[in-house]
Amino acid sequence: MGRTLIEKIMSSHGGGDCHPGDVVWIDIDNRTARDFAGASVVGNLEKYGGDSPIADRSKTFFTFDCNVPANTIPYANNQQRIRIFAGKNDLKVYDVDAGIGSHVVIEEKYAKPGTTTVGTDSHLNIMGSVGAFGQGMGDVDIAYAFKTGKVWFEIPESIKVTLEGMPAEGTEAKDVALAMLRRFSNHELLGKSVEIYGRWVENASLEDCVTLSSLATEMGAIIAFIPPNNNVLDFFGMNCDEAVYADSDTTYLQEYSLDIKGLEPLIAAPPSPTNVYPVSGKTDVKVDGVFVGSCTNGTYQDLKYAAELLRGRKVAPGVMLKVVPATRATWAKLLDEGLLKDMFDAGAIVSNAGCGGCASGQIGMTGEGEVQISTSNRNFKGKQGRGNTYLAGIGTAVASAIFGRIASVLELKKVM
Amino acid sequence: MSREFILKGRLWVLIENGKLFSDIDTDMIYHNAHLAVTDMDEMGQFAFGNLEGYKDFADKAQPGDLVLAGDNFGSGSSRQHAVDCFKALGVQAVMARSFGAIYKRNAINSGFPIIELPGLPDDLFSNFEMAELNLEDGILNSGDNSFQGNPMSEVARNIYLAGGLFQYAERM
Repeated sequence: MGRTLIEKIMSSHGGGDCHPGDVVWIDIDNRTARDFAGASVVGNLEKYGGDSPIADRSKTFFTFDCNVPANTIPYANNQQRIRIFAGKNDLKVYDVDAGIGSHVVIEEKYAKPGTTTVGTDSHLNIMGSVGAFGQGMGDVDIAYAFKTGKVWFEIPESIKVTLEGMPAEGTEAKDVALAMLRRFSNHELLGKSVEIYGRWVENASLEDCVTLSSLATEMGAIIAFIPPNNNVLDFFGMNCDEAVYADSDTTYLQEYSLDIKGLEPLIAAPPSPTNVYPVSGKTDVKVDGVFVGSCTNGTYQDLKYAAELLRGRKVAPGVMLKVVPATRATWAKLLDEGLLKDMFDAGAIVSNAGCGGCASGQIGMTGEGEVQISTSNRNFKGKQGRGNTYLAGIGTAVASAIFGRIASVLELKKVM
Repeated sequence: MSREFILKGRLWVLIENGKLFSDIDTDMIYHNAHLAVTDMDEMGQFAFGNLEGYKDFADKAQPGDLVLAGDNFGSGSSRQHAVDCFKALGVQAVMARSFGAIYKRNAINSGFPIIELPGLPDDLFSNFEMAELNLEDGILNSGDNSFQGNPMSEVARNIYLAGGLFQYAERM
């Protein structure tokens, strides 16, 4: 019988002939920790690591992205503690200027299709976007991976989701992800490995894949794999024989099809990413602030689109538009191509690369009663401050900033 | 740390709108404002500090308590703090209809018992009653009621007995 994508990746990483429910020790290609929890990883290694706390220096590194540069003393202390440990052990640090670790890992081509990556970021399963395994874990797990190169892993059941049809114009990857959250909530895929198929993913850009896979955590899935398409393979300079795909004769715990034909822009209202509505049904909600960025929607493609929509337009009076590019490389491209000026002139506040609005206030929090539209992935109560956060794609976020109320990009293109 | 398989203690039944509290994410368990804390003993005071109706949990919790919730407990971030804050308070175990995947790993790796009780009715158990949890059988007893959940997995059992992932690795 054929094997699913996760079974194939795990078998090729020391898992042997593994099946759902088996607990296997797997080899990890990329072992990372960020500034958040990274200091605890260091603490564990100092306590339990012995004389050789690092199994393989070339596969082990730190990525600072949560609170960059540190705006609290505890974070500053933690980052410095990591730098000292990294210096002693000759480990690379992608420091406070680098941007979101999960994106750096892809950008630097560590996480090639078929590889395994772990780190202290719960969205590390974003590697599913390139047909690679990734998993966020706690500091104990990660310290163990640093020391031994391995973690234990319980092989999950796999579910196949086929997206049928193509969305309407003005609809983007985030809307497809929200459509999945609307359909599956956070229970139906809980603890499962998901493989996503269909015409839309076959044609999606690498950035679109990143957006879709980044919401796997909110769906409760272990990971959402997108089998590498030509766009992804081209980025890594690979051909399809070098990537890993599920066997065509494999069977899944369940197979679903989800109709996205003509899908319109969607928005997740507080307090949950699964609380999804059509944008057109929420246009009476007044908006105080907009955040564009995060590991879900902070790529060059995302910010270029935002800049193009903002060009020659103005953010509504009294509305804050906060923009945080995912990585320094994205920042550089926006700068080189003059796109930062489009955003600046429209009234946007642009911050240095990092996790931005999702982390501890890198670019500000929301206050009581404040309504924020965010392109990020979580709107749980208290996550981005005291206010009410709605999750949406770039088009909806930018249109809402310009109108000062929830609006879709279609409205923006029609009216202005 | 306890290595017992039968845990007895007072049961906190977490309720929201008359039902077992579901989707308690890691920001509700341990808010991101306190993530820079690295000393476990300091984490207890923040347990459920952002959970509506239970913000005073840390003051009221007693060593030995057991906690019971609904679906998807511990969804969200990878923070170990969301497990360690309970250990700091002396909470013996957390039970839920289901757990977020990362939370489950974190608990197992630090040798903290969690038990899944899939299909548990909302009103079977009462708040603040004494309860007995059998980790090996996955059975929770309290008052006149009993519920069969999932027994501890072999990995969880081994790591629990060792007292944590690193301690377990030393014995491998």
